[in-house]
Amino acid sequence: MARAKDLLHHPWVLGLTGVLVVLLIWTLVTSLRLVDPLFLPSPAAVLAAGRAQAGQGLLWADLLASVGRVLGGFALSAAVALPLGIAMGTSTVINRLLEPLMGLIRYMPAPAFIPLLIIYFGLGELPKILLIFIGTLFFNTLMIMDAVKFVPRELVETALTLGGRTSQVLLRVITPCIAPQVIDAYRINMAAAWNLVIVAELVAANEGLGKRISLAQRFLRTDEIFLGLIVIGLIGLVIDLGFRLVMRRACAWAN
Amino acid sequence: MQLRVDQVEKSFGSGRSRKLVLDRISFTVNTGEFVALVGSSGSGKSTMMRLVAGLDRPTAGVISIDGTPVRGPGSDRGMVFQKYSLYPWLTAAQNVAFGMELQGLNRREIRERTSYFLEVVGLADAARRLPRELSGGMQQRVAIARALAAQPRVLLLDEPFGALDLQIRESMQEFMHDLWQRTGLTALLITHDLEEALLLAREVHILAPNPGRIVRSVAVDLDRGDLRHLRLSPQFLELREELASCLRGMEPALTPAP
Repeated sequence: MARAKDLLHHPWVLGLTGVLVVLLIWTLVTSLRLVDPLFLPSPAAVLAAGRAQAGQGLLWADLLASVGRVLGGFALSAAVALPLGIAMGTSTVINRLLEPLMGLIRYMPAPAFIPLLIIYFGLGELPKILLIFIGTLFFNTLMIMDAVKFVPRELVETALTLGGRTSQVLLRVITPCIAPQVIDAYRINMAAAWNLVIVAELVAANEGLGKRISLAQRFLRTDEIFLGLIVIGLIGLVIDLGFRLVMRRACAWAN
Repeated sequence: MQLRVDQVEKSFGSGRSRKLVLDRISFTVNTGEFVALVGSSGSGKSTMMRLVAGLDRPTAGVISIDGTPVRGPGSDRGMVFQKYSLYPWLTAAQNVAFGMELQGLNRREIRERTSYFLEVVGLADAARRLPRELSGGMQQRVAIARALAAQPRVLLLDEPFGALDLQIRESMQEFMHDLWQRTGLTALLITHDLEEALLLAREVHILAPNPGRIVRSVAVDLDRGDLRHLRLSPQFLELREELASCLRGMEPALTPAP
């Protein structure tokens, strides 16, 4: 009895139950033919579509293309946002210079940049990577800036009274202090990167999970659309868990 | 070494909203001395400490060490803050080593001095623990060890025990007194606790509020053989009461006179 209760309290158990319930309802609805299979394919059909695409190598090519774009664009954004956010959080001058500008650009929806990016850079990888870069840079930067502003003043001043120079304060006090918030900001904004890559691929791409979904729509292959959505969700989940793992490993002090 | 505070003034704001916080403060701290500034809130005592540390600049007057004016923070003036000053991602030992690493000492020296100062503050066993695993009193002892390890010429103690429970505060006062006797450190203590100042310091300056100014300076010449006895000794209580009434006299009356 006690063991069953312990099991129930394990954080994964209830979450998994939720997923299983939805799967069960989905199976029931489709096997009872309550909805036209054209609109709602059965789990088995989606699985079969997955097997077929995997067999042809399409699934892997799409995965590689989309993940590559996301990682490329996001790595670029993360690398620029870190120094920029720290600069904005520590320097009043840089902050006053950039914050209004960023506030403005931040409200321009990134997908609206797609036509411009296509005109500038064509249909290759660059515009897609840049779209992800533009779409996540400002959120990453502003979240890092906020984290810097919340670094306790005493931590900085202690370093100064111990003989620390400005560069040492930046590298040895501010950077480690904001690490947990930075990782969290990256984790949250990674979701936006995934949204953007799919949008970009819907508009113009030769391969990628978004492109596959858009093709499936043209041929009314709802099973392939479902497959695409589920794969995207699963990858997102894996990345999210990855960030949480990094956080738990690298920032144990903050838990 | 002589820390000299000479006719120092500090005001915030400008024009009509200008507020004078410190008014012509002067005092000195010589090597081996333990000096305290006592004042209630509004007496500008924390501001005074920030000026000495070089974290703020005085509006007028000069703060100097051996004749050299203070222009910014430096490792010759080690500071212990009231709280939140340990680096939460570093262990106790790494916190103690931090200042020496910033100064670029060699590894062996850092390691030796770290274990020496952890020993001095009685925390050799806690070397590998993170700050959040330490009690408030232990955290402050780590902060003191860290400040001492960086070899300051004067230790600035800004209400170092103000955030601790009464009992722990008393044992920390005894610890601090003991440390002063063993290491011969030079210290400037800022506190609102008159008893604490009298127990630890050989010279106590009383700060009156609004604007902060020194209204009385006392040389405290008491037998400090046993602090627990000292707390209850007649001379101590008499001196404390005398200075307390001096402090009370400066407070704005809480109730209007009948």
